[in-house]
Amino acid sequence: MARHPVTDRAAFLTRRQHRALRVVALAALVLVWEAIARAGWVPVLFLPSPVGVLAEAAEMLRSGELLVHLAASLSRLLLGFAIGAALGVVVGVAVGFFAVAEAVGTPVIAATFPIPKIALLPLLILWLGLGEPSKIAVIALGVFFPMAINTFTGVRQADPLLVRAAVAFGARRWSIIRKVVLPSSLPMIFAGLRLGAGTALLLLVAAEMIAVESGIGFLVLHAGNLMQTTKLMVGIVVLSLLGVASHWSLGRLERLAIPWRAA
Amino acid sequence: MRVIVDGASKVYADRAGHSVRALEGVDLTVESEEFAAVLGPSGCGKSTLLNLIAGLLTPSAGAIWLDGELPAGRTATAMVFQEFALFPWRTAQANVEFGLEELGVPAAERARRARMFIELTGLAGFETRYPHQLSGGMRQRVGIARALAVEPAILLMDEPFSALDAQTRQLMQEELLAIWGRTRQTIVYVTHNIQEAVYMADRVIVLSRRPGHVLAEVKIELPRPREERMLGEPTFVASVERIWSLIREQAAEALRDGVA
Repeated sequence: MARHPVTDRAAFLTRRQHRALRVVALAALVLVWEAIARAGWVPVLFLPSPVGVLAEAAEMLRSGELLVHLAASLSRLLLGFAIGAALGVVVGVAVGFFAVAEAVGTPVIAATFPIPKIALLPLLILWLGLGEPSKIAVIALGVFFPMAINTFTGVRQADPLLVRAAVAFGARRWSIIRKVVLPSSLPMIFAGLRLGAGTALLLLVAAEMIAVESGIGFLVLHAGNLMQTTKLMVGIVVLSLLGVASHWSLGRLERLAIPWRAA
Repeated sequence: MRVIVDGASKVYADRAGHSVRALEGVDLTVESEEFAAVLGPSGCGKSTLLNLIAGLLTPSAGAIWLDGELPAGRTATAMVFQEFALFPWRTAQANVEFGLEELGVPAAERARRARMFIELTGLAGFETRYPHQLSGGMRQRVGIARALAVEPAILLMDEPFSALDAQTRQLMQEELLAIWGRTRQTIVYVTHNIQEAVYMADRVIVLSRRPGHVLAEVKIELPRPREERMLGEPTFVASVERIWSLIREQAAEALRDGVA
């Protein structure tokens, strides 16, 4: 039999990184947008140019207008997110670990989870007034559900062998929750934080379109009403950056919090 | 401390409502400072027996007693698991310290005692590694160090080396015997490996297939310290053959019934 060289038939499955392409693709999109805007095919009222948006953003930064809105939005976002996430973890652990809490919590969560949280905003305004609390509460509610459900799932997935090992070494309930159940739920908890971050941004903008005088959501709505399209676009870009920033910082936090995960 | 198992039975109920009798009327005593091996075919309830002794299960009938004075600050039992059962989020050192934490040992003392057993088990230099960064043999050393660190009166070992390759297993067996020579706990060592049981134990307790009960107790007359060359000695071979003849039929039946 003749000799045939053996080649790596799986070579085409190797995925390459294409780092440069990532940057080029984004840059090309912006360039095409700029070109369309400059060509004058579309009125500035409908599509302001990227350069125009940047200039407007710089102007708003200098006048302090952008920072006022950003600060207002960030404080609502962070406060609502923190409250919702903390409550979600506590409820998730309780429902996942204690039989009584499960019996009480599961039907309540199943009944309230499907409600679009934005529909609760008018009710929250009735209860808490037009001020900050109703905005923060609607964001907290939106974050609470994915957090509670993910934490619950994480608690349930805790390895029974590890729980038994902990008991064999004298651990009681509280130790088991702190030293076994919580650390093993961390990956699910972080997945919940990511889901919650998306929901929080959505609810923030919606809440800021009702009876407020500051915030990125207000900026977008107000600029739209006045047909200041460039300003509106600045608001949208800021929202995009907020989303990217929260995703990135959660990723960093996750790597810090879960150092035992194989890379 | 002695372990007394007095007519212990364990019946599991599965989801479909069938009940499985894992153990039935097990009577045995493990003496203080004795190295006892519990041997039996697959699915004979060996692990169930160990979990009963560890207080991780309730017997359906009968009782388990731990007999003897427990010095203050010592634990009655500690367990080494077949699947290691290390906490993946804890470094080797922190895993070894786990039981000491639960005993309320202060941090400095904890670190000192953990260090001692890390060195004893040949893990020095690997304290800050996470379990996933360690080989199977090293993981099980962490498991053994974690159990030894609480200085239990009774060490329970559930097929601790069965997940390891043959060479690593042989070395770990020798190390365990050397450590036991110094610490002298009562050891209840569960295995399905006859050679391993005979090589290590003072006495081999042979369990029947499910529902498990004590078929025989075989005293091993090999001197200590045990050495690898003893594996060829007539006493060793005779003990292995005697035990094999006891469980051969049981194992074959288990194989036929698809338990193994």
